[in-house]
Amino acid sequence: MQQYSDTFLENASAALADKEKAEFRDAMALFTPLVRNAAMEQFQHFEELRQHVKQVRQHSLDNLGHYLESYEQQAVQNGNQVHFANTGDELNSIVLDICQQHSARRIAKGKSMITEETGLNAFLERANLDVMETDLGEYIIQQAGETPSHIVGPALHKSAAEIRQLFLDRHDLGERELETTEDLVSEAREVLREHFLNAQVGIIGANALIAENGYSMLVTNEGNGDLCANLPPVLIICTSVDRILPRAEDATAMLRLLVRSATGQAQTCYTSFYSGPRREQDIDGPMETHIVLLDNRRSDILASDYREMLQCIRCGACLNHCPIFASVGGHAYGWVYPGPMGSVLTPLLTSLEQSQALPNACTSCGRCAEVCPADIPLPDLLRDLRHAEVEEKIAAPRWRQGLRIHAWLARQPLLYQLFTGLGIALLYLLGRKRGSFSKLPLAGGWTSQRDFPSPQGRTFMQQYKAERKRRE
Amino acid sequence: MESEALHTTAPGEGPAVYLFVTCLADLLRPSVAFNSIKLLEDAGCRVTVPLQQTCCGQPAYNTGDYEAIIPLARQVVAMLEPADYVVLPSGSCAGMICHHYPTLLQDEWHERALRVAAKTFEITTFLSDIVKAKRPGRTPIPLPAVTYHDSCAGLRELGIKEQPRQLLREFCDTQVSELQQSEVCCGFGGTFCAKMPEISGKMVQDKLHNAAATGAGILAGGDLGCLLNIAGRARREGVAIEVRHITELLCGDLDGPAIGEGE
Repeated sequence: MQQYSDTFLENASAALADKEKAEFRDAMALFTPLVRNAAMEQFQHFEELRQHVKQVRQHSLDNLGHYLESYEQQAVQNGNQVHFANTGDELNSIVLDICQQHSARRIAKGKSMITEETGLNAFLERANLDVMETDLGEYIIQQAGETPSHIVGPALHKSAAEIRQLFLDRHDLGERELETTEDLVSEAREVLREHFLNAQVGIIGANALIAENGYSMLVTNEGNGDLCANLPPVLIICTSVDRILPRAEDATAMLRLLVRSATGQAQTCYTSFYSGPRREQDIDGPMETHIVLLDNRRSDILASDYREMLQCIRCGACLNHCPIFASVGGHAYGWVYPGPMGSVLTPLLTSLEQSQALPNACTSCGRCAEVCPADIPLPDLLRDLRHAEVEEKIAAPRWRQGLRIHAWLARQPLLYQLFTGLGIALLYLLGRKRGSFSKLPLAGGWTSQRDFPSPQGRTFMQQYKAERKRRE
Repeated sequence: MESEALHTTAPGEGPAVYLFVTCLADLLRPSVAFNSIKLLEDAGCRVTVPLQQTCCGQPAYNTGDYEAIIPLARQVVAMLEPADYVVLPSGSCAGMICHHYPTLLQDEWHERALRVAAKTFEITTFLSDIVKAKRPGRTPIPLPAVTYHDSCAGLRELGIKEQPRQLLREFCDTQVSELQQSEVCCGFGGTFCAKMPEISGKMVQDKLHNAAATGAGILAGGDLGCLLNIAGRARREGVAIEVRHITELLCGDLDGPAIGEGE
């Protein structure tokens, strides 16, 4: 996918200027934590289970090679063909090859962030394949020519009115008016059903890969994943190597947190385990199944100080709880993964230079880490990325040097107190009457949005030392 | 200077508390430091203000310049080692010492940082949980309705939530009028507010809106960073709410101008 993270501030500014959308995001920022918190309150075992999930995820990653091998062995035994793709381009080529081997024209696709990452749709379309997204949200943004704004709800940024207009523009509706939300859903279902029945290849993602039995797990609320997986004669599962878990019970343990964290449900409407192609006694299912496992720098992350990021189970809770995500929306981040998890992943999967604003789009408020079901220390990882920006001299020189001077000065108490004493005395003189400054040199960022409160008087250190002298 | 680096304000039997006043209180709001001394002394502590203190180093640390902060962190740790307790009128600076210094420092310094961290407290936590401060003899000054801003670092790194509310009940007979979304960041975030002013402005506007909606006359909090941010926005928007540090309320020190207000 085309990246535009380098203009994060401009993207954010444009997003904030759209008042209607901003209000909608505010409403979502109230609603999504509410349902998640209600679900966790009812569940009661969040903390203990997340420690367990974290352990399992860490163990899986520590032994990734071992579990990938046993997954592959089991999956092949179940009749699957397993492919490894080092890069996004490799994954795209593998998928296209399979499609072409079967002379496929129509592809029914379930929701998959991995294929967003690799830009699979555009790649297949360039080869003249007809790719249709079948997750309702994905279908909507595909029709609109947009990208997901959220990893769980890709079209959360779209209002019902916009979706209605989109369908009116894009569909051959005849007499239908699409007055209610139900009408909109029926309309999409109508269009999609026809596509499911005529597709030659189905493509889906996976929430987990289970090493002990070679199954993959997928959760959806619409059942579209199962239709993609079972109706077309060929199924391709595209996911990344870090989805691996040792046992089926690890997948179900993760599931209990994943769904509650994502949508506040105890369970999604559909939870499916895919074993492989149709067996002799089966009445349906695909004739041929492929699993394509993407690395795309995940091995590098595993070997780096950011390996905890690979514990992520893609629930989206950090997005829903991030006040910056709520302010600017997912598109502002300029790539596939937005919010706190995206601000860590994007620099690691693309380039730090290109996405240098993202690790700075954080107040270290810690709300993301508080709700993360894999207990990833997101604010720490974001600060570590800012550290990398300082080390690699990517950070703006005026910040780097200014704060370095401040840190040095803070180690020279006498000099520090002399400097600050003089500066504060001047500010106090100028600001005491009004109590605050509406403009201040070198503080343009601050004063563009708020006044700068004037000091109360001389510095504490000056007053305190003077008081001490007086008493002596 | 070394020989008189420490200054004990009240001799006595109580624990030796070192007050780290924090750079923002030192520079912009000295009354927070003076009120902290008073509250600690009223609670029977012997208060020492190390004179060579400056700043805990959060600005450079949060910007990612770990190397610049390591020598400063060592200096602060060494300065605070003789104390029985270290108290700060700020959750984020206390969090810096309690959580981030030990992560940042290695080997011998890591151990020393851990020992200092174990005796370091944010002031409302210290008063409420450690010395269990009781209301001083004086009659509390009647307050207008008070709403409270939970600063993120205090709330999530140190678990400060009930302590300031309990102290406001105990010292001021005041029940906090809770603001909507009280656990959402105000948009300060250290250098964030200057690096990404527009997003920060939106966040502080939301916070101010929620605070004003409570009808409270005072917004109190435990971290000057957030309070300067919220007060600055209130001044810019002409919203009439007094923004004050909790130590000012607990001491009944309400005569001087609130944060951002003129004399």
